[in-house]
Amino acid sequence: MSSESAGTPDGRAGGTAVSDDHEDEPPLRVENLRKEFGGITAVDGASFSVATESLTGLIGPNGAGKSTTFNCITGIHEPTAGAVYLNGTDIAGLAPNVVADRGLVRTFQIARELAEMTVLENLMLAPQRQQGESLYRSVLPTFRDGVIAEETELREAVWESLEFFEIDHLAEEQAGTLSGGQRKLLEMARALMTDPDILLLDEPFAGVNPTLETKLLDRINQLRAEEGLTFLLVEHDMDIIMEHCDPVIVMHQGQVLAEGPSEAIRNNERVVDAYFGEQQ
Amino acid sequence: MSADSSPTDRLPTDRLDGFRDLLERSDAALVLTAMAAFYLLFLSIGAILNYDFAGLISILGQVTFFTAVYALVVLALNLQWGYAGLFNIGIAGFMAVGVYTMAMLTAPPTGSPPGLGLPVAVGVVGGMLAAAFVGILTALPALRLRADYLAIVTVAISEIIRLTYNSPAFSTFTLPGGIALGTGGANGIGNFPSNPVRAIYYADPSSAASETTPIGTAIFGFFETVFGVVRSAVIVDLTYGVVLAVVVFLVYILLARVGNSPFGRVLKAIREDEIVAKSLGKDTNRFKIKTFMLGCALMGLAGVLWQGFGTGAVYPQAFRPELTFYIFIAVIIGGAGSNTGSVLGGAVFANLLFLMPQYLPNIIEQTFAIRADPNNFIAAVAPIAAGEITPLLGYVLNQRLPALRFVFVGILLVYLMQNRPEGLLGHRTETAAAVDLSEGHTPGGTARSDPTAPDESGGVDDE
Repeated sequence: MSSESAGTPDGRAGGTAVSDDHEDEPPLRVENLRKEFGGITAVDGASFSVATESLTGLIGPNGAGKSTTFNCITGIHEPTAGAVYLNGTDIAGLAPNVVADRGLVRTFQIARELAEMTVLENLMLAPQRQQGESLYRSVLPTFRDGVIAEETELREAVWESLEFFEIDHLAEEQAGTLSGGQRKLLEMARALMTDPDILLLDEPFAGVNPTLETKLLDRINQLRAEEGLTFLLVEHDMDIIMEHCDPVIVMHQGQVLAEGPSEAIRNNERVVDAYFGEQQ
Repeated sequence: MSADSSPTDRLPTDRLDGFRDLLERSDAALVLTAMAAFYLLFLSIGAILNYDFAGLISILGQVTFFTAVYALVVLALNLQWGYAGLFNIGIAGFMAVGVYTMAMLTAPPTGSPPGLGLPVAVGVVGGMLAAAFVGILTALPALRLRADYLAIVTVAISEIIRLTYNSPAFSTFTLPGGIALGTGGANGIGNFPSNPVRAIYYADPSSAASETTPIGTAIFGFFETVFGVVRSAVIVDLTYGVVLAVVVFLVYILLARVGNSPFGRVLKAIREDEIVAKSLGKDTNRFKIKTFMLGCALMGLAGVLWQGFGTGAVYPQAFRPELTFYIFIAVIIGGAGSNTGSVLGGAVFANLLFLMPQYLPNIIEQTFAIRADPNNFIAAVAPIAAGEITPLLGYVLNQRLPALRFVFVGILLVYLMQNRPEGLLGHRTETAAAVDLSEGHTPGGTARSDPTAPDESGGVDDE
């Protein structure tokens, strides 16, 4: 844990108190983030922020440090240096479950479905702080009715989500039997079931049919507008990034190369050299 | 069933299909049918060996006892390994802690080795708590690391526990305050409290020559009148088997509730991918610690009921590592992750791989009249020169067959890994939820109900 990190693991927006000083603080701010693996520096002093209710794009060539940045933000990796502020509180080095409990949830570049659990179980797992996650509540008859009532409620929400993502026909299949695209959908549906404030999506549209892709983007925009969710999106599909993301952050060799509206990024010479240049 | 079969042909097949359906639908029917089959098998063995009625009752008592104690430990391991993927190879050690703690708490202070003389109930609870406590001490440092480390730590601690109980240093020792205690060293603790079931039948359960209670008099009298003379010890053992079956049932209910709940769901998620579980906000260490403690407590209970009350004494040699190996084989046979599979796996292992080899030599001797019974290898092999192979067969079958149990187990394990790695019931989808998740779906709406519908409608690409 970094020396600056603080706060208790409990309390969604808790931890160290979010004072009035943080009112203008973006929900997610990364400051001089650095991550070294042995002699390799994967992230080299990256700084950026993600504005409230935005759909921020994070792009960069392979090896630019995008996924490592995601891992450092979400607690999978402990940063070598730097800070990650979630609603003004430094969360760098906190365990992934603590970060998720505070409302920042992610999906993975290579979908990590829970293969030998059904699609339904994968989604039922996600909601936070379920009564039945307590051992004695799950067993003792006194509490069992409450657990069953909550399960019944969650079940409704899970089915709705499955229908939206159009994988309800696979509900009772083992998640390991799903195709690559279906697994991506399952992951996004599962992450949303946690009721997050900020969602980090790592290449969520890989293998997803273009029609459904549009529907998902509409849903993302709806969640931003109606529920105030914030999204940070890593994506290799430039059309999606340029059309839907604002702002766009470009990473290259572990550093932030540029940050701004998509049009500005498109015309940024350094970005073109580092990133688009590869395609020419 | 073919469409053109006549009604008379159809009837037995239908009945068979109906029975098969019942077994697939009802776990209780599955377990009861398996047990009925084992009882029949061992009654047949008793009949082949010309056992009298008391002998047959005794063999049924043995089948019940070993099925129950194996099922109990297998259920505990299934919670840890089958559900949460916690690779505990120290089962024998945790059982030893349970039964030794029980023995030390309840043995009379004036006995040898001395104990604390506390009531049996305190001993049983104390044994379970001690096993859970040692479990947490073992697991705390290892649970934060990869699964392999837990395996290494538990197998090491299990041997440390056994060797500590075996050590003369702890045979008798004095606690601060002058309280004398002891493990008995290699001889173990012989003055183990008498089986509580004896209290049903005897006024003084600890005395072999005690007067019987009114219930004891009535039941012994009933057996004597109806079936002729039956040794009272056989009836006590049979009763204990029934009590154990009830305990297994209660533990099954407990673990089924744990499994069919959000708690069980998190355990399965930890087994599948702990990073995902953590990324969804689950404090996986907390779940793992609770699960490990509960599993170890149940192993401690199994130690008390099996090696304690079951044998009437406790000694270190009963907790060698092969005991742990047996339990793992039983879980694999039943299918990891299934509680019903655990009971079946325990039953199959206990009856076919543990008990059966003890009876086989006598059956073979009786059936094939192989009487040559040399007691050393030279005497068994030498006659081969004269073309006589019977002594070797006799030597192998009569002297070494129970020792070949490991070979049978190995062959079975290889077969299972190649042909049915998921075990008897591991293929089943046992959903971890407190409600039926398939309910609550209202087909139609936005759902695409046809899984074969083309992707143009807005699905996903199959890769």
